[in-house]
Amino acid sequence: MDKTPFFHALSIDEDTCIGCSHCMKTCPTEALRVRDGKAVLIPDRCIDCGNCFKVCPVHAIYIKQDDFEDIFKFPVRVAVIPSVFMGQFPNDISVSRIYTILKEIGFTHVIEAESAVPFYTMAKNKYADENPDIKPLISTFCPAIVRLIQVKFPGLTENLIPLRPPLEITAMYIHRKLKKELELKDDQIGIFYITPCAAEIAAVKSPVGEELSIVDGVINMDSLYNRVYHEIKKQGKGYKEQKLPVSQLSADSVLSSLTNGERRLSSAHHSYSIDEIHNVIEFLEKIENEEIEDVDFLELRACDQSCPGGILTCDNRFLICERVFNRARKIADRERKGEQTKDHELEEERNYLMRNIKVGDINPRSMLVLDDNIAVALEKMKKIDGYRARLPQTDCGICGAPTCDALARDIVCDNAEMTDCIFIQRNLEARGNMDVHESLKIMEMIWGSEKINDYVKKK
Amino acid sequence: MHLEYQVYEADFVNAGAASSAIKKTLKQLNVSPQIVKRVVVALYEAEVNAIAHAYGGMIYADIEPDKIILKVEDKGPGIPDIAWAMQEGNSTASPEVRNMGFGAGMGLPNIQKNVDKLNVTSTVGVGTTVEMEVNFT
Repeated sequence: MDKTPFFHALSIDEDTCIGCSHCMKTCPTEALRVRDGKAVLIPDRCIDCGNCFKVCPVHAIYIKQDDFEDIFKFPVRVAVIPSVFMGQFPNDISVSRIYTILKEIGFTHVIEAESAVPFYTMAKNKYADENPDIKPLISTFCPAIVRLIQVKFPGLTENLIPLRPPLEITAMYIHRKLKKELELKDDQIGIFYITPCAAEIAAVKSPVGEELSIVDGVINMDSLYNRVYHEIKKQGKGYKEQKLPVSQLSADSVLSSLTNGERRLSSAHHSYSIDEIHNVIEFLEKIENEEIEDVDFLELRACDQSCPGGILTCDNRFLICERVFNRARKIADRERKGEQTKDHELEEERNYLMRNIKVGDINPRSMLVLDDNIAVALEKMKKIDGYRARLPQTDCGICGAPTCDALARDIVCDNAEMTDCIFIQRNLEARGNMDVHESLKIMEMIWGSEKINDYVKKK
Repeated sequence: MHLEYQVYEADFVNAGAASSAIKKTLKQLNVSPQIVKRVVVALYEAEVNAIAHAYGGMIYADIEPDKIILKVEDKGPGIPDIAWAMQEGNSTASPEVRNMGFGAGMGLPNIQKNVDKLNVTSTVGVGTTVEMEVNFT
């Protein structure tokens, strides 16, 4: 099992956190607890899905990104932008205009992350042909899903298709192309990915199954959106754009980051596309039990509506979907009329890219294991069952753990006490085994002194 | 550790509940994913058998440090010819059951493939007991 620590893009700002526990309640892998009035992240369990980020009422959860000024460390600066970035802007703002602005604010080259989708699709279908016994094959397109499977469904890691995601293949292509064309050294080219989610940052900083990402830095989509939109506003209404050549993306490639985007290109007979992390977990439980059989391919995405629902996108996910869809429809029209040109330079690199598209083994890193030794784990499990039976099963979260089950587990792993449970405290008080000051002290350790002592005074 | 689950006749809606619960337990015990999968597949088959062919029954699981012992005990018509039922494709399932995607005659053969020890005993008119063992190493 893989034991190297995960890099996490999500962090909690202690000074801002008010210890409200909303994040703890929503986390799909029970990776959060409340201690001393603050949310605390358990790194081994977090998959960077960003559900906590979405519900935090005070924006105490933030996403580490690279400083925009970092791009200027490189003489050649490439922005790798996913098609959902274009979907942030109304359709009357052209792709070419966005390219122009990206170049004005500092990038020397712009390429769309989906450029390599045709190779990715080819490689996926080829892998499926070569591995007819692995069922279902699971796409590695969404990095939060890859981590979910590693920690929560370790038995399914061998079902993951070990390929670099399209953004990495595109980065590999543009790096190679510019290096040859401009006769540069590797470190003179800076490749920056504009991410719609936290999981992509984590995947770039510590990729699974590969040693190093070719991407040099990650910029959050919302912060780049602000920069670009500011320029659009400065240009004003009378702006006359000069047409720039843009990526020759196919309609299929543009659609690939939406739900069903991969499934519709898959050669599999029997496949599903599922978005939103709880939906995915529900389905994977059934797959793991083999309750659903003969599935060839699964496209799984952590966010509702896939990448348009990413936590760093700037508009409503349904509006973004519609815009991306409209763009694809226009391209499809041109394709039908034979007007859409192919990117021949990209085509020429096909052999090189296909040779380097695979990643190494993706290993399980189960968060569920109680102990490496089964006998010890079995003992712990008996204890957990014992504690669980005495807990109220209300999952109220007052103990600072998301559920009674999580508390029972925390107690056995020495991270909590039975007396953290408010029901147990009341019981002990009633029997004269605990006084009110003791129970307040415990509450203070979980929720911090401010919540416990200052509430009455505040009013 | 001892676990027990009850299953009810023709309750296909809840088929898999016991195997799901046992899967969760084994995952926490650091049993290798491949072995967990074998246990779950075998138990699920046996569970569905008790639901589809019998009038329900009990599932008993004993988890030891080196193996899991499973017993699925049903009250039902029993199996007149166990050797026949152990062959792939042989099934007495009704058309209704087959329409639900069960009853393809792969149940017992599939169990056999996934366990280290299998013992099926049956009395016609009384019921069937399927005992299985899967070693953890």
